[in-house]
This record gives sequence, structure tokens and C-alpha cells, in this order.
Amino acid sequence: MDELPAMRDPKSALACAAAALVLCLSTAFDSRAATVDDGTWTMPARDYASTRFSPLTQLDTRNVAKLQVEFTFSTGVNRGQEAAPIVVDDTMYLVTPFPNRVYALDLTQPGAPVKWTFDPKVAPAAQGVACCDVVNRGAAYADGRIFFTTLDGQALALDAVSGAEQWRVKLANYNVGETITMAPLVVKGKVLVGNAGGELGVRGWLAALDADSGRLAWKAYSTGPDRDVLIGAAFKPFYPTERGKDLGQTTWPPGAWQTGGGTVWGWISYDPVLDLIFYGTGNPGPWNAEMRPGDNKWSSGMFARDPDDGQARWAYQFSPHDLFDYDAINESVLLDLPWGGSGGMRKVLVRPERNGFVYVMDRATGEVLAADPFVPVNSITHIDLATGRAEYNPAKRPTTGRTTREICPAAPGAKDWNPAAYSKRTGLLYIPHNNLCMDWSPTEVSYIAGTPYVGVDTKFYAGPGGHRGLFTAWDPLRRRVAWQVKEDLPVWSGALVTAGDLVFYGTMDGWFKALDARDGKLLWQFKTDSGIIGQPVSYRGPDGRQYVAILSGVGGWSGAIVVANLDARDETAGGGFANALKDLKQRTTAGGTLYVFALPAR
Amino acid sequence: MSSRCLRASVGATVVAALLACGVAGCDRERREYRAAPAAPGSERPRLTDLQPGGTLAQAPSATGARYEGNAYHINQGSRWFRSFNCNGCHGNGGGSMGPALMDDQWRYGGTIDQIHATILDGRPNGMPSWRGKLTDQQAWELAAYVRALSGNVSKAAAPSRREGMAATPPLTRIKPQPPQSSDPSAQNPPPP
Repeated sequence: MDELPAMRDPKSALACAAAALVLCLSTAFDSRAATVDDGTWTMPARDYASTRFSPLTQLDTRNVAKLQVEFTFSTGVNRGQEAAPIVVDDTMYLVTPFPNRVYALDLTQPGAPVKWTFDPKVAPAAQGVACCDVVNRGAAYADGRIFFTTLDGQALALDAVSGAEQWRVKLANYNVGETITMAPLVVKGKVLVGNAGGELGVRGWLAALDADSGRLAWKAYSTGPDRDVLIGAAFKPFYPTERGKDLGQTTWPPGAWQTGGGTVWGWISYDPVLDLIFYGTGNPGPWNAEMRPGDNKWSSGMFARDPDDGQARWAYQFSPHDLFDYDAINESVLLDLPWGGSGGMRKVLVRPERNGFVYVMDRATGEVLAADPFVPVNSITHIDLATGRAEYNPAKRPTTGRTTREICPAAPGAKDWNPAAYSKRTGLLYIPHNNLCMDWSPTEVSYIAGTPYVGVDTKFYAGPGGHRGLFTAWDPLRRRVAWQVKEDLPVWSGALVTAGDLVFYGTMDGWFKALDARDGKLLWQFKTDSGIIGQPVSYRGPDGRQYVAILSGVGGWSGAIVVANLDARDETAGGGFANALKDLKQRTTAGGTLYVFALPAR
Repeated sequence: MSSRCLRASVGATVVAALLACGVAGCDRERREYRAAPAAPGSERPRLTDLQPGGTLAQAPSATGARYEGNAYHINQGSRWFRSFNCNGCHGNGGGSMGPALMDDQWRYGGTIDQIHATILDGRPNGMPSWRGKLTDQQAWELAAYVRALSGNVSKAAAPSRREGMAATPPLTRIKPQPPQSSDPSAQNPPPP
């Protein structure tokens, strides 16, 4: 792959200046910052810094009220639509949930007709081991190719122009419970893909494939001995608790690391200057923590790695010996912030974490600079900044055969996979998330390959205030909420913020909303045909107009009650989620439609 | 009261109890610890009621009827339901990764014979095949319990208490929901 523009010119401060911003508190790397008005959207997070910030300004707070539907497209699949549409070279690319068909839409023609379709022929049996609906989180474009993954564990490369298959690799084995749902990230000619299946006792990994051939370059496991985890001489974690030999093996009961989870199904960021990738790991298996005494490294934590050889630079556990399915796969938003008041910029990463805290970390070293709760949290009392440890509340420590009640946040966390957005104009992080608490009752469970390895009966319900969702604008510098919108249903869609100071997100009953990025005022909304759990994007069309696109179609863990027709008389149905969303079947029905919006053409 | 009278009264009670048993089914507690092997050549249950050229009757199996009305086997089935991690996919009947079992929607048929076949054969959209991993008797016991989850069980045979977090009502208090032949929630496009 050719050198990316951002690697030649990483000074994103320059980009800020060019945009003539009044306020330029902070900056974010932009992998494709060749021009600030670049209208493409080539990967789900838009840039390597994972900001989901669109530099387009045609749409703004004054004219957004006139936003209207330009065209729609049925994906033909009525399951959870978690993918981000990708836009490059006047073409939009979509990956559907299982059976993971890929559509290329011609944006130069009225109504965006299909240019080509690709059907990867995914094994239907894989649906049986997909924990949380049969979702896919999108494709990635690089160097003339579309890369995507399939539920039955394959990674594929297609020619972006013709849709012809260039290579495919079988990476995961659904017979042991592995699936793949994540969007790949392409870094320096390598396609990064990890597995899912943390509820089935799989062993998590991240693989790097050669973008030209699909050949495996390296594979880093999240558990096990150092040679498997790719921990070597370069490994310099910040905290003493993360230092030692073979911790991925010794922090488990004998052999338990082999079924210990730590899957990699979320987001990866890349810093071209430090030349490091950053990604988190999923929950340890089983959920019943008493069956796995120890810190259970490196589950519910994160790694910084060299993308060339996969060697770990540092690691950190957000929830060591995780008690509550607090996966740590959320996005790392890479920012340069004036931290500590010394005037200098500090290279940090900001993570709105499932365990309820927004972390600000030094991304060169892995030091936690701040960790502040963004919802009511009682499962963890605080994050000790001296040791980096999350201190669990003993009153909420669960034990086998007993039900512990009112644990906050619930297992899907203060925020699940659905990514936040960051605006360098406002300096705010826009977090779409949950307000849920739960009852949690661990049971003994046996490991049977290819079946769930969970061992907990649980049920979720609304947290304090009675609303189940929130959309929060968080100020990472002042370490507090700037503004917040209460949503009745959990917010399971991603967020988008634009240089026109608009934030977009969708609700599980189908409303697509535009808010003023500065104060959260609702400026525009549109009711789509099904609940929204997708990732909004914005791009400039071939006609020069700014478009906003979102997939509508309820599903995912939260929406399984609708698409899988769960029976909420069983309060533990859907891994506990059905209880919190007993009304969802009345609020929305299944769907699978792309909506693309624009201002009326003049 | 003379001892003779007492004997007569005890005898009457026993007779009355036996009569009552005859009504409610004394077999509810009969424990068949080791089942006879499956009869060879027995007819496989149909998975659909669509039959070209008119319908042929298929008698329910005697094995199924025996397990369905037996408290011991249903309780054994509820134990296997957890031991083999069925609850991981189907919850405590409400469904999760797999479909709900306590409602009236059956993708592959809701008779005990069909459920027994589904457990052993697996189904192409994600139900694993347990043949060779379970004994035939365990599969029958599981099928009896799965039937009971939707209330399709004799009150005399259903346990009146649930284990664990009281997620669902006792089986004796679930309204019987006769199986329907299709599942509108199975909206997945047919496999390519």
C-alpha cells in the first residue's frame, strides 16, 4: 500500500488552522487529511484517530431543518444493521448482516442504482453461535480494494471497481463458537481482523493479513503465554501489575486461558507518528467470575502494538478479573490535548468505556491520566490513578447461587460497541450510550466447545431516572458532561459530528436526529421504518452536495427481542436484555433500509 | 375405634388413593433409569404438514408420550437443559442466541417427536446436532422439558417450582400454547 498522506503530513493542527476555526482546543489525527474538505468516508470511523468527524460544512445548524430523504435502498435483510456505509470514488459500499452480501451503489446516477453485488456464501450454521444477532459492522476501503468479514469467520478482499473477489481467508471456526462481526482496519498494507465469541469460551485474537494476498502476517492472542500474545522485549507497560512473564497464562486457573475469551470484535485506531495500533479485548469467559480466579489477562483490557510485527508495546486492563461482562472493545479516540496546563500538547487516547468511566490515557505509555464516570456507577468505586486499578465495590461482588441486585452499569455497559464521535471544533466527545442496571445471579457452567460458556442468569432494567438511554457530550479536558439528552430507549447507534456543528444519531424506535453540537438542541429528526443501531456517515456526492447516510434496521444484542422474537416473560431472555426492552416489539419492527439525506437540490 | 375398623379405614384410603392415582396417572413418578435402545426402522417425524397428494397420518411415538407425561423425565430434562448449556442459547425458555421455547412458534415442529429429532439432527440455521453427544434417553428427556416450557404438559407431571433466578413462572402456571406450524420471526433469507 502506498504511504498515506497523513504519514507524510501528520500535523493535524495545520488542518485545524486551514478550517479557520475560532476554537482549536485540540486536534485529532486524520488518516486522509490530504485536504480538509475531503468528502470521502473510507472506513467506519472515517479516520485512523476514530473521530467520526466530517469536515463538510454545507449542512449546518441554520439549514439542517430542511434536510430531506434523497434516496433509500433495501438491504434485503431484516436483521440488525450495525454497519457504516463506506463512500469512495462516487460509489457507496454496504455490507449486510448475515448473509453478508456486499452492495456497490453508483452515486453518480439518480437513485444510486446497484453497480455490483457480491455474495460471499456464508455458512448459515454460523448464526447459531453469534451471541448478539447476526450483525456486521462494515467494510473498509484501501488501495482499490474493499475489505470485509463474514459471520462464519472469513475475511475477503474485493476489487472496488468490479466487485471481483481477490482473495478470501478462513480465519475463525464456528464449530468452537468463533464468529467475525467487526469491520477490518487497513494499516500499512495489512488488514487487521479479530474474532468474536466471548460468550462461547473462545480464545481471542487479532490477525494481520497482507492486503495484497490475504496471507497471515501475524496473529496476536489475547490470552496465553507471551509468545502467543506477541509480548517481547519491546513490551513496556506503565503499571507494575501488567509486568511479568506469561501473565496471560499465570493469571488464570490452569488451562483456563484457552477458553478465556478476550475476543477482538470492536474498534482499532492507528497513530502513524508513534506507529502504533490501539485496540481493546472482550470479556473473560465464563461470565461467572468465581470460576476463573485471577486477573484473567489480557481480557477486558487493551493493547498498543507495532502494526508491522504485532509486538505489544504496552497493555492495560480496564476491568481486571472482570465481574460483569465489561468488554473493553470500545473505540480509542486519538487526540492531542493540552493536558495538565503546562501548555504543551499531550498525545492521549480517550475511551468511553463499558465499565462506566471515560478514560484519558497517554497513548505512548499507557498511563491513565483520568478516569471519570459518565453514568451512575456502583460496581466499581473508583479507578486508582496511582496503581491504575479499577477498585470493585465489595457490596456488588457476585457469588454463585446468589442474586446480587441493582448493579450499575449493566452487562452491556454504560456504553457498548456503538462508537462516539469527536469534534475538534467544540472539543467535545459525543457518546451514544445506555443507562441500565441489572440483577446478576452466577451459576456453575461446563465448557462444551461451540456452546455458550456464560454461567450467569441476569436481567437488565432502566438505571436511575427511568430512561434507558443517554446521548452525552463529554468534555475530556474539564472531565465533565457538557450537555446530555435523555432517551427512553438505549442508544445503540453510533454518532457522527460535522464541521457544520451538527451531531447525528438514531434511536431504537427509528428516529434519526440532528442536534446542535454546542448545546444539544434538537434541530431536525426523521422517522425511519425500523429502529436505528447503525453508524451515520457524511460525504460529498459527485454533484458537490453534502449527504448524510444511515442504515435503519433494529437488532443487535439490544434489539434481538424484535428480530429473534424473544419471549420477555422470561426475564433472562436475550442475556437479560429482553427484560429491559419489553416494549420494543410495540415500538418498532424489523427492517433493513439505507436512508440518505441531503438539502433540497437548487 | 377398634383396630379392625382402623384397618378397614386404612384399606379404604389406599383404595381411594389408587383410584385417584388412576385418574392423575401414577406413571408421573415412574423412573426409567435406562431406556431401551431406539427401535430400528422407526418412522422419522415429519417437519412439515405440507404433503403432496393428500396427508398421511403419522402416529405419535409411544416413547414420546411416555416421557411427556412423566415428572421424573421432565425434571431430568431440566437438568440436562443447563448441563448441556441449552440455556445459554435459549435462555430459561425466552430465547437468546437461539429462539424462544416457551411460545407457540416452532420452526421445526412442536411435537415431542419433532423436538427430539431437532435436538439430535440439528437444524441448518444454527441449531447444533447433538447426535453422538447425548444419549437417546437424554434427548427424549430434553424434548419433554422443552415441550413443558410452553405449558404443553400435564399439570400432574410438571414441576411447580423453578430453579435459579425466578425468571419465568412455574411450569404449572404457564398457559398451554399448542404449537403453530410456522414462525413469522424466521425472516432470514433462505441460505444462498
